[in-house]
Amino acid sequence: MPKKKSLPITEAWRGITFTRRALVVGGAQAAIGVALAARMAYISVIDNDRYVLESESNRVNLTLVPPRRGWIVDRNGKALANNRVSLRIDIIPDRLHDKAGVLGQLRTLLRLDGDTMERINRDLKAASGFQPVAVAEDMTEAEYSSILVRLPELPGVAPQRGFARNYPTGAAVGHLIGYVGAPTAEEYQKVKDPLYITPGFRTGKDGLEKYFQTMLRGKPGAKRVEVTARGKVVRELETTPDEQGKTVHLTIDADLQDYVARRMGRESGAAIVIDCQNGDILSFVSMPSFDPNSFSDGISSNEYAWLRADDHQPLINKATRGLYPPGSTLKPMVAIAAVEQGVDPSERHTCIGGYRLGRRFFRCLGVHGSLDMASAIMKSCNSYFYWLAHRLGYDAIAPTARLMGLGEEFQLAGSQQRYGTIPDSAWKMKKYDQPWSASDSLNAVIGQGYVSVNPLQLAVMTARIASGRRLYPRLINRQFKNEPLPFSPEALAVARQGMDLVVNGAGTAVRSRLPLDGITMAGKTGTAQVRGLGTGNGKSGTWKYRDHGLFVGFAPVVNPRYAAAVVIEHGMGGARAAAPVAKDFMTFLFDREKAMEALETFEAGWGGTIKERMDRDYAAWKSGVPSDPDPGVPQ
Amino acid sequence: MIPVPPAIQRIPWKLIAILSGITGFGLLVLYSAAGGSWSPWAWQQGVRFLVFMIAALVIGRFPIRIFEDFSYIAYIGVLVLLIAVELLGFVGGGSQRWLNLGFMNLQPSELMKVAIVVALARFYAQLPPGNTRTFTALWPALIMIGFPAALVMLQPDLGTALAISIGGVVVMFVAGLPLWWFGGTAVAGLAALPILFSFLHGYQQKRVLIFLDPESDPLGAGYHISQSKIAIGSGGIGGKGFLNGSQSHLDYLPEGHTDFIFATMAEEWGLIGGLALLFGFFLLLRWSTRVALKARTRFGQLTAAGLTMTIFFYIAINLMMVMGLAPVVGIPLPLFSYGGSSMLTIMTCVGIVLAIENDSKTGARRLH
Repeated sequence: MPKKKSLPITEAWRGITFTRRALVVGGAQAAIGVALAARMAYISVIDNDRYVLESESNRVNLTLVPPRRGWIVDRNGKALANNRVSLRIDIIPDRLHDKAGVLGQLRTLLRLDGDTMERINRDLKAASGFQPVAVAEDMTEAEYSSILVRLPELPGVAPQRGFARNYPTGAAVGHLIGYVGAPTAEEYQKVKDPLYITPGFRTGKDGLEKYFQTMLRGKPGAKRVEVTARGKVVRELETTPDEQGKTVHLTIDADLQDYVARRMGRESGAAIVIDCQNGDILSFVSMPSFDPNSFSDGISSNEYAWLRADDHQPLINKATRGLYPPGSTLKPMVAIAAVEQGVDPSERHTCIGGYRLGRRFFRCLGVHGSLDMASAIMKSCNSYFYWLAHRLGYDAIAPTARLMGLGEEFQLAGSQQRYGTIPDSAWKMKKYDQPWSASDSLNAVIGQGYVSVNPLQLAVMTARIASGRRLYPRLINRQFKNEPLPFSPEALAVARQGMDLVVNGAGTAVRSRLPLDGITMAGKTGTAQVRGLGTGNGKSGTWKYRDHGLFVGFAPVVNPRYAAAVVIEHGMGGARAAAPVAKDFMTFLFDREKAMEALETFEAGWGGTIKERMDRDYAAWKSGVPSDPDPGVPQ
Repeated sequence: MIPVPPAIQRIPWKLIAILSGITGFGLLVLYSAAGGSWSPWAWQQGVRFLVFMIAALVIGRFPIRIFEDFSYIAYIGVLVLLIAVELLGFVGGGSQRWLNLGFMNLQPSELMKVAIVVALARFYAQLPPGNTRTFTALWPALIMIGFPAALVMLQPDLGTALAISIGGVVVMFVAGLPLWWFGGTAVAGLAALPILFSFLHGYQQKRVLIFLDPESDPLGAGYHISQSKIAIGSGGIGGKGFLNGSQSHLDYLPEGHTDFIFATMAEEWGLIGGLALLFGFFLLLRWSTRVALKARTRFGQLTAAGLTMTIFFYIAINLMMVMGLAPVVGIPLPLFSYGGSSMLTIMTCVGIVLAIENDSKTGARRLH
């Protein structure tokens, strides 16, 4: 390029300059062309994988289909928890273009309340892409079809036929099965599985549903569809069906479970029935209960508040988490311990209405006169057992109690247990730093004082006395050794004989004889004081200060098949509140029709089935009328 | 050998082959973009191409003198049209870019891309060589470029304003104006970039910002670029196959038959298709650059060089845009994108360059 000004600018120079500069421009163009080619090669070759993926994720919309949850069935294959069809409406955020319009329409069509709208808006804000947001679940056919016909005007709305958990017997299995619920944000954060934020997916939240979660869950299906940018489905690519979760087989007898739950009536308590042949738990009831169906659909805060407010504590599983002084129900166990310690069961002791220990006089409930061991059980004579306890000391009895399963925490699927206390001198020294006293023994022997057990332990104890074997309770088919108890046949025989007399002799529960020919029940009543011994009589007054009523029993007396424990909180007495319940469900095991007749009479008096009563109570609670705090005593 | 009649010899078969090749490929892509149908785009585009092709061949037979003589008149005429559009837009409220002529919508700004090059070429052809490095060589050109560019910016149409400017500037460059003027302007322009940026409309500013960081708004304004890159990138080397592009067929790619047609093509034909198309454009530009170098007159040289740049600018900006190297400015790909205005401009350019080529074959080189 000529720079000197002196050089004359001629046409020739201009021509050369043009050629040069045109070549520069052409060269620059060619360079840009090469750069463009390189850029294209970079995008389509080096970055190819990434863009192929993005193109596929554009094209293909993958929706997870929540798996059908495995069933939970009873010993006969009858469903305790299954699935029912649930109609639901979701919103796909990516396809929702007119948010206000669509939500407004949904609100009018489905009559959604403000809380729901707020939740939907919140979920929509948090969700992205094709992650569906639930609008309504468990819709009626009418509601569902009202959306279906308007679907073309509602872009972004996705109706689905899904499944919801169903508990055919409702509240009767609440504490046994637990319930399911939508996974929480924390659960999702932990696993990062997109299934956890798929509407309709539920995880077990409590009880067996939680314990067997991995088994019951199943594998989600997937629906792959090709969609346009506007969300129109072009075609379905492929659908992988979901894989239903595995079925959990329980040892429960669904009919018995339902019967026992219903027979508990308006009372608060627990009842457990165990098969004496193998330790199978046939019924596992804690009442009042909650309806797990309500929880599975997402319980309303109102209903939850109602359950919490109930002084009968429907949210607590009393079968394993309720601790009670067992009262006289431990006397057959004490008898076995005494015989094992060398006491002659035919040795008589005279009840003078109590037992004198030093300066204190421990009262009996009656003046029973001269009694041997079996009749002491029959009459539930405290004096006789005070005498035994004073003679042997509780340290000699506690090991037997533990062999019977008292104070033990069982390896039981899905249960959280409070296992109570079987005290002895070492325990007291450790806990209170005090030596064991004779009066401690006397209190413990009649199932008061430091002794506390849960209803499950009582049922296990009864099953072990009835079978003579160390039966281990089970809800699923697990194998246990169930070896014979190290007790002499005489010891077991005395206990069984005493229990036989309680019901079929002149005992405390004669009114609860089975109304059956040839089949009898043996048992032992117990009445546990809620207030300290000797303060108040526990037979009247405010519900929550009344005595607990307990009953343990087995049937038939010969070759026992079923063992049971019933605890009725504040039932005022074992014979009065607990034994009749046991009588009816034992009858049910042998003669269903007769038992159902009895139950229907009761339910007519109580105001209907569990569900009917619960619905009525809930409605009353919502309208501000307090529910009946003093339920009548059955019978 | 069979003697070829001169009339047939004079028809530029090679050029026709290049143009038909590019456009024919474009028709296939339009056919696919319509979901495997000749209507509504491919069929119309093909007819339009034939018409414009014949027009270009006719223009190519005009003596070059005519373009030189009418260059200023044409420039002023187009300028008047631009002002008319601006006034119509002002009256009608809102921006307007075209005049409705009844049978077609005419975009005066498209015509200006050609008119500015021709007018400046005439100006520099008439400029005495001695004045080349003086101020006399500068200010008329700046006014001639600046006026229409400003009018087009008002429309507002940043892409076309740039195209007009770049065509004019290249003519100034090859005319031999001092290099440091261009260098100095470039530096000053860079320095003034933030100020210029503030003059842009909100949506234009947004486009530029999104171009700088397209991922910042993948579903909003960055959507075009993102989807275009996905289409090109997912095509790979061999493409997904004819009629198999999911990005275009499922509407993920916006403007898949106009501005972003290259992405539609690349998705189905892959890198191979892209390189073939680039090669086609290379042949076209090589032809016009050669015409410029061999031109018999200075007017011919400058015009051919300027028009080459105008064609190149379309291609380069469009491809940079679809590959995420430039902001979305709405410039179609010549001969490939569906649309009449850009094809009209390109074929006019081709016709004029053809006339220059014919001129250089007829007489001795005469650079004045």
